[in-house]
Amino acid sequence: MAKIQIAMTVNGEAVEALAEPRTLLIHFLREQLNLTGPHIGCDTSHCGACTVDLDGKSMKSCTVFAVQASGAEIRTIEGMAAADGTLHALQEGFREMHGLQCGFCTPGMIVRAYRLLQENPNPTETEIRFGIAGNLCRCTGYQNIVKAIQYAAAKLNGVPLQEAAE
Amino acid sequence: MIPGSFAYHRPSSVQEAVALLADLGTEARALAGGHSLIPMMKLRLAAPDNLVDLAGIKELKSIRADGGDIVIGAMTTQHEVLASDLLTQKIPILRETALQIADPQVRYAGTLGGNVANGDPGNDMPAVMLCLGAAYQVTGKSGERRIAAREFYQGAYFTALEPGEILTAIRIRVPATGHGYGYEKLKRKIGDYATAAAAVVLTMTGGTVASCSIGLTNVAETPLWAEAAANILVGSSLNAATVKRAVAAAEAITAPATDSRGPAIYRTKMAGVMLARALAHARSRAS
Repeated sequence: MAKIQIAMTVNGEAVEALAEPRTLLIHFLREQLNLTGPHIGCDTSHCGACTVDLDGKSMKSCTVFAVQASGAEIRTIEGMAAADGTLHALQEGFREMHGLQCGFCTPGMIVRAYRLLQENPNPTETEIRFGIAGNLCRCTGYQNIVKAIQYAAAKLNGVPLQEAAE
Repeated sequence: MIPGSFAYHRPSSVQEAVALLADLGTEARALAGGHSLIPMMKLRLAAPDNLVDLAGIKELKSIRADGGDIVIGAMTTQHEVLASDLLTQKIPILRETALQIADPQVRYAGTLGGNVANGDPGNDMPAVMLCLGAAYQVTGKSGERRIAAREFYQGAYFTALEPGEILTAIRIRVPATGHGYGYEKLKRKIGDYATAAAAVVLTMTGGTVASCSIGLTNVAETPLWAEAAANILVGSSLNAATVKRAVAAAEAITAPATDSRGPAIYRTKMAGVMLARALAHARSRAS
């Protein structure tokens, strides 16, 4: 099938590339745009490692065709830190609270948690766990991921957080 | 996993979509949220040569009151169902059900229309639509028609939709004020289809059941409307003996498959347990 021109905004930058209609968004991001932060984990829309923010929605980019995202605004883990390299509160939280071990799920976790905090800036622990139910972590047991998100929520809300990592 | 090749179309109106589907023939498929179809395409269990993406059709995205009905556009996502104050207030069983579908990411993409039109017996909303007595508005080349949800499901992935027709909206009569409701779903983990699930909507008058409707999910090739079970309950106080008879009547119409979710007899019994819980929940909410 002939390639078609696909244009979108990724991490604030307008990008354009040729791709077949059957090209999945995750392949478009990783192979055409060299954004290898979003990972391919299960490739079956379960694990959430490929999660990106698409027009204000958390999306599993292994289950969206790039062409469906034509004209969309996308944010990946590469777009989380400030231009000067200052980490986003969520990235800082994952570092401070030991929210990762192998790190494979982390880009999806952080991008998902970003949208969760946009919609609910002050989530309870239960709401955090429900909100990241589409992201699987095989290392941590989630405890410190929850704390990392609580850390970020507190920081973004300007409230001090006393709790330490497990 | 990479799907087979296809040509992509993005119509901006229902008429255009229907014309495209008619011209492109039987190997063309309509694409809604894609979270059933794209995984099937990645596994090459589906290999449409043309995809008609419905995402660009604005008229398919709306939730509006129409007299005593609420009309929900087919491309309304599960996330939008959860965010709708109108639905939460008028038909709260939809919110309760949507919260039990898949996970947050999937709910941002998955649509109500796709969920009910795909004919997958594992989907949750079809049984709720049977319970509510919903009607589906569909449009094809020869025009528009309305199909009762209770007459829509014919077999696994077989529905009353004709080739080239698309489901455009779901019309639901708003249940009576003070009705009780419950959707109880047994699943092994987040994101799983139901081992068994039950939907209940009922009204109570002076401690007795005035009306009752029951739907069952994933315990047959189609969603089930458990009419006989519901009729047993009408006029009762939902006392234990009557509930037991209704549960037995509901179990009797199930025909689940033995699969990784358990043996058929277990899934039948779990349908009964889910029904008993949904009834108790519905009763506690009825006023």
